[in-house]
Amino acid sequence: MRTAPFLLAGWLFFVGLYGVVTTRNFIHMAMCLQVVQASTYVLILQVGYVNGGTAPIYRDVPVGTRAVDPVVQSLVLTDIVVGLTVIALLLALALQAHKQTGTLNPDDLRPLEG
Amino acid sequence: MNARARLALFLPAAAVAAGLLVWGFTGLPGFGRYPGPYGDVINRHGVHQRHATNVVNTIVFDYRGFDTVGEEFILFAAVMGVTLLLRLQRSEEEEETPEEEAAERARTQTSDAVHLAATAMVVPSVTLGLYVVIHGHLTPGGGFQGGGVLFTAPVFLYLAGRYVDFRRLTPVSLLDFGEGAGAAGFAVIGLGAMAVGYPYLANIIGKGVKGSVFSGGDLLLINLCVGLEVAAGFVFIAWEFMEQTLMVRSAVPRGFEGSGRRGKG
Repeated sequence: MRTAPFLLAGWLFFVGLYGVVTTRNFIHMAMCLQVVQASTYVLILQVGYVNGGTAPIYRDVPVGTRAVDPVVQSLVLTDIVVGLTVIALLLALALQAHKQTGTLNPDDLRPLEG
Repeated sequence: MNARARLALFLPAAAVAAGLLVWGFTGLPGFGRYPGPYGDVINRHGVHQRHATNVVNTIVFDYRGFDTVGEEFILFAAVMGVTLLLRLQRSEEEEETPEEEAAERARTQTSDAVHLAATAMVVPSVTLGLYVVIHGHLTPGGGFQGGGVLFTAPVFLYLAGRYVDFRRLTPVSLLDFGEGAGAAGFAVIGLGAMAVGYPYLANIIGKGVKGSVFSGGDLLLINLCVGLEVAAGFVFIAWEFMEQTLMVRSAVPRGFEGSGRRGKG
């Protein structure tokens, strides 16, 4: 059980990377990058986990209650937002590539064309 | 380079990377054995120092506020990048005639069930979004999350088959204003602290009563700014992609509509 979060993070990272390497579609590639990024969320969040800890929000529980690390949570929060917009940018580039060359397959693009 | 050669290069490299990763993992503290001390220190003192009960939000917009300003401008730049890339393409195409637009609308009729369900979701999503933004410093939520929820309202309108209403609800001038004012507002709040002799983004507004909406100093204001910027930015992106969809669809000759099969992709 203790190794499960590490295994999950590693699995997501390599499965996403495999997708990026073998992809035949730019949209699929963007999704795979999102999977790679998800592995970082899992890893960062698990680093801050405290056994039996609650969320670091003291609205209903008193200060001093055992809670997980809020620093890593805030890192992941901004990471997610930035990741989303970067995906949007990649999809816009995919659209542009399709407009210019008529294909979404990276293999069909010749280098330095257009 | 063909797919097989790429895979042949990837697999050994991935094996090496996996080895390094496992080696790195073994050096990390075990799951659930957080060594501290930063998280523990902030958990202990954050609420007393800032009177905001959501410590995550306090870190994002106060302790690490300067960093988040930078991240907010990444968001801003990405939205501008998408807009720039897609507008460039739009100007390459000829303008649509009103008849074509009418034909387009007729073609994208949605079923009554989807129309009703999506329409019913518009008001609740606006309410929930505003709630999450305004209570960001108290309960789980904040500007980023609330902005994301607010963004679903125009998307529900679009799903309801009311692209015209979607456009009317979010005119470009409003989006421009939201996107700009949100990004600038956060930066200006920081400068405001400097104007009266404090460091950038120092939280100098009265801290208020713990647990009330008016607590945590400038956190509420920053959450509102960021919520505005995220919602406007996401709508901007969705808007540009929807324009593209309409353009691509209307460019397809009759008899080929709805062909996701175009191109072997």
